[in-house]
Amino acid sequence: MMKEMLIIFFTAILTNNFVLAKFLGICPFLGVSKKPSTAFSMSVAVTLVMVIATAATWPVHNYILVKYGLEYLQTIVFILIIAALVQLIETAIKKFSPPLYQALGIYLPLITTNCAVLGVTVLNISESYTLAESLVNSFGAGIGFLVAMMIFSGVRGRMESCDIPKALQGLPITLIAASITALTFLGFGGIVENLFA
Amino acid sequence: MEILVPVIIVAAIGLVCGVMLSLASHFLAVKTDERVEKVREVLPGANCGACGYTGCDGYAAAIAAGEAELTQCAPGGAETAKAIGEIMGADVGDVRKKYAVVMCSGNRDVTENKFDYHGLNSCAAAALVASGPASCRYGCMGLGDCAAVCQNDAIAVVNGVAVVDKELCGGCGKCVTACPKQVIRVIDADSRAVVTCKNADKGAETRKVCKTGCIGCMKCQKVCEYGAVTVTNFVAAVDNDKCVGCGKCEEACPQHIIKVMQ
Repeated sequence: MMKEMLIIFFTAILTNNFVLAKFLGICPFLGVSKKPSTAFSMSVAVTLVMVIATAATWPVHNYILVKYGLEYLQTIVFILIIAALVQLIETAIKKFSPPLYQALGIYLPLITTNCAVLGVTVLNISESYTLAESLVNSFGAGIGFLVAMMIFSGVRGRMESCDIPKALQGLPITLIAASITALTFLGFGGIVENLFA
Repeated sequence: MEILVPVIIVAAIGLVCGVMLSLASHFLAVKTDERVEKVREVLPGANCGACGYTGCDGYAAAIAAGEAELTQCAPGGAETAKAIGEIMGADVGDVRKKYAVVMCSGNRDVTENKFDYHGLNSCAAAALVASGPASCRYGCMGLGDCAAVCQNDAIAVVNGVAVVDKELCGGCGKCVTACPKQVIRVIDADSRAVVTCKNADKGAETRKVCKTGCIGCMKCQKVCEYGAVTVTNFVAAVDNDKCVGCGKCEEACPQHIIKVMQ
């Protein structure tokens, strides 16, 4: 049981990293990764929303949608729930942590339409995870997002001081660096299953 | 009847979410400076950035915090400044409305391109090729970078030269920075006359490239009784503080490039 959880957790972080292997959530990955500090707070927000969204969508799917045979409504219902949740979290953060609210700024509402969040909730269902497994998977996906963001913000920090050819400055070199970072994560394929053998 | 079940379920989920959000916004409401909201409401919402802040929201916050001048909103002009002044309890004085003018009248009928340009359809790119396809190196190339950047759709390229609709123009000045030839200027709305040419070459040189270029003949300077028109570097300029709008320079100009308003 514990071993399975650990495998799900580390698979979500390394082999199936949401950004670098599944290519979900590229928008914040490119948009907020300039500074490690904002990358960190964005990742924390995404992780938080992922876990809470899973906690909300999993019961809705399994106890309401499945019961009435309405699995085809999955996408629309999940989007509805995630949008409302993000709003709720935004209100709560504004109330309880104004500095975090300032730091996240426009990016918190953007999580509403973040495919990584929708992706993790949908994948939890399609993998037929239990609620506990789903939560672990979501948390792992969030941590994986954090890892990718932190690595990439480091890469971008290095690039700032590089002499980049004019034609590649800005977004082009960022995309090239992102693809190379994604390549490095290919190396993790097959590792996790053997980690806890 | 079967359709009712999914409809009811989705509606119910939406309702639960909605009730939850409205409860949250009630119980978790944060007291903000209400002047920010009020100032934001009177701002035009163009988010043009002419004030130097990130947008209308940023400007409103800066005003409420006492960090910004009240009169920096160009699209809003005097009315907005007055409304902000009322909210902030300060007198803003006199604010002049502004709009942009294109200082070039070289359309396709009076000037020709010195070569055919087949590159990117952008002034910024075209200006890099032998300082642009227009035979006049000062003039409008008519590729419309200004029109593309304008948020009010106030600029259109007509017959090869950009034209500003001053009714639509908010005076934000984005076109001024977008133009690689610096041929657009933002002027006060009460300006009475404007010279629509920037060619600072000698008359003979100007004549070679454009039929309506300023040749620096000094006729306008001589005919002006108020000393408002001066010719420097073979191009005329009107001092709007001295100009009364009599229109004599417009009549005297052999190239018909001085335009008197009203």
